Amino acid sequence: MTETALPKPIPVTVLTGYLGAGKTTLLNRILTDNHGKKYAVIVNEFGEIGIDNDLIVESDEEIYEMNNGCICCTVRGDLIRVVEGLMRRPGRFDAIIVETTGLADPVPVAQTFFMDDDVRQKTELDAVVALVDAKHLPLRLKDSREAEDQIAFADVVLINKTDLVSPEELARIEATVRVINPSARIHRTTRSEIDLTKVLNQGAFNLERALENDPHFLDHDAPDHVCGPECGHDHHHDHDHDHAHHHHDHDHEHHHHDHGVSPIHDVTVQSISLRGGEMNPDRFFPWIQKITQTDGPNILRLKGIIAFAGDDERYVVQGVHMIVEGDHQRAWKDGEKRESRLVFIGRDLDREKIERTFKACEAQTN
Amino acid sequence: MPTVAPLDLDGHVVAAAFLGDVPFFATASGAIHRLDHGQKVTEAHDGLLACVRDDANDTLITGGEDGKVQRIAADGTVTLLAEVPRKWISIVAAGPQGAVGFAEGRTARVRLADGTIKEFVETRSVEGVAFAPKGLRIGLARYNGASLHWVAMAAQPVDLEWKGAHTGITFSPDGRFVVTSMQENALHGWKLDSKPGGDTRHMRMTGYPAKVKSLSWSAKGKWLASSGAPAAIVWPFSAKDGPMGKPPLELGTRADVMVTAVACHPAEEVVAIGYSDGMVLAARFADSREVLLRRPGKGAVTSMAWSKNGKLLAFASEAGDCGVIDLAG
Repeated sequence: MTETALPKPIPVTVLTGYLGAGKTTLLNRILTDNHGKKYAVIVNEFGEIGIDNDLIVESDEEIYEMNNGCICCTVRGDLIRVVEGLMRRPGRFDAIIVETTGLADPVPVAQTFFMDDDVRQKTELDAVVALVDAKHLPLRLKDSREAEDQIAFADVVLINKTDLVSPEELARIEATVRVINPSARIHRTTRSEIDLTKVLNQGAFNLERALENDPHFLDHDAPDHVCGPECGHDHHHDHDHDHAHHHHDHDHEHHHHDHGVSPIHDVTVQSISLRGGEMNPDRFFPWIQKITQTDGPNILRLKGIIAFAGDDERYVVQGVHMIVEGDHQRAWKDGEKRESRLVFIGRDLDREKIERTFKACEAQTN
Repeated sequence: MPTVAPLDLDGHVVAAAFLGDVPFFATASGAIHRLDHGQKVTEAHDGLLACVRDDANDTLITGGEDGKVQRIAADGTVTLLAEVPRKWISIVAAGPQGAVGFAEGRTARVRLADGTIKEFVETRSVEGVAFAPKGLRIGLARYNGASLHWVAMAAQPVDLEWKGAHTGITFSPDGRFVVTSMQENALHGWKLDSKPGGDTRHMRMTGYPAKVKSLSWSAKGKWLASSGAPAAIVWPFSAKDGPMGKPPLELGTRADVMVTAVACHPAEEVVAIGYSDGMVLAARFADSREVLLRRPGKGAVTSMAWSKNGKLLAFASEAGDCGVIDLAG
């Protein structure tokens, strides 16, 4: 053997959030917390992050559109260069954090970790974390599409500065975030104060872990469900704890919850949660290919667990715009309901078409 | 039979180069090792990102995470040429008359021999800098093309446009062609002496399975060798229109191992080929004949350099296992 074993990829956490949402506070918390880990941080401006012994790299946001015919394939050219430099001396840090500017589109950042071969080989996107300023979110949603995109794209949303709003306002904000993104984990914070195990090392883009870690995947679409500190979603092992308010039909009928009604009318992102029985792979794969090719520009994220007829393993799938990945994850457990679930988050999605064509991928039961 | 004198260093080695007959190895940590009557070390940077040879002065030019641009002399002496505090200098180039180019973000700078610094600001990040062989002129690789600037004159730059992200740049030794490497696994060339808009102006060189990170012009600039495939891809540039309409040579083809570095011999039409598994071959253009120079090692070959007389080849590796190959044995 001449090939040396590839080292474990370095996890990358992307922090997004509007100016003033608390990104710098969270970052300083991560850098000073006594967790025994070292981070390399890529920032747009040094600003108020000033921890001398940490590796902080300033980088100009540089979005490159790939010339491959795919209109939504964008990457961050500056990140490719900085990550390449960092990874030449990997012993200096355990993980990388990318802090984006308030107006940044998180998609090119995420796509960089899928589309550039060198970056992909050495790093692994762990999660996109969005900070939301509870006080100013309604205003932000009125004047910028970026604020909404950041929430829609996130795996973890921290609703920060909760002390500045009333309980009623907070409930409204949470419901809004949930409408924009039914699959994200939501946490309430003040001064970005949070148990860092809920932010770092989430494995949200890892097909092995993404859905395993979230036993309530898509159960969030219960209209009244909002995760708060009391919700107690456990991220590191499966457990059977159940929420009283999760009442789902136990038939195999495909159904959806209507997310059309937002408490704040400026939301333009929609989500479509699909639920079906066992799928025919010969229909499902061409379908997901086609839908991501034709509707990719409008799809921000997609995530799902698919049950294929005659297949003993769960198949997990996830995507960003036109990039789709899928793999077998683990065997179905005894007594586990073999159903397929898929969520699309995006804009201008044809709900009727997606639901109908998804349904048509089901395996015939007769 | 070629013989290999190994040199094991710690970590990623960015570049190998000869100054006189002395081989130099620049490590990512910032230490520069040389084999000059024993192994000697110069600490040049806190984190070294780029290292090129300055043919005009027989020195090395380096850029680092410490924002410094340094000149390294054959005896290991370090001279600070420029500094941009808190910026990573990952692009450096050596030019004629002691001029040195470097870039960070959207700004490229040229430092003249007298210490004067000229700035060239682009609207997008500068990803590559190269000097033209004649006249004090630089080419900057950027998003959607390249810009050519005269350093000493306040003339308008020449903008060479081609859609996509251009990440590296080189001039042919006769100055007739500019070639860029791209984010999307391709090279793009421009013929500088053709009429604007003419058919031969653009040269698309595509089909690479990976990004092209290493380029090397053969003796007299007749060929351009490149990495980015499981063979060295060598484009013919001796004709008036460069490689247009002609297939490239594919030398040293291996089944599933990528070429990561190429270095053309200083006199012969021969290219040294370094692979992702650390193997090094030499291949001749005329008959594709190959000679094994080094068996696979611990990591990908990152850089190779020939001594001036073409008898020694220094190679650097991602895993630190470097060495010098003596072709005469």
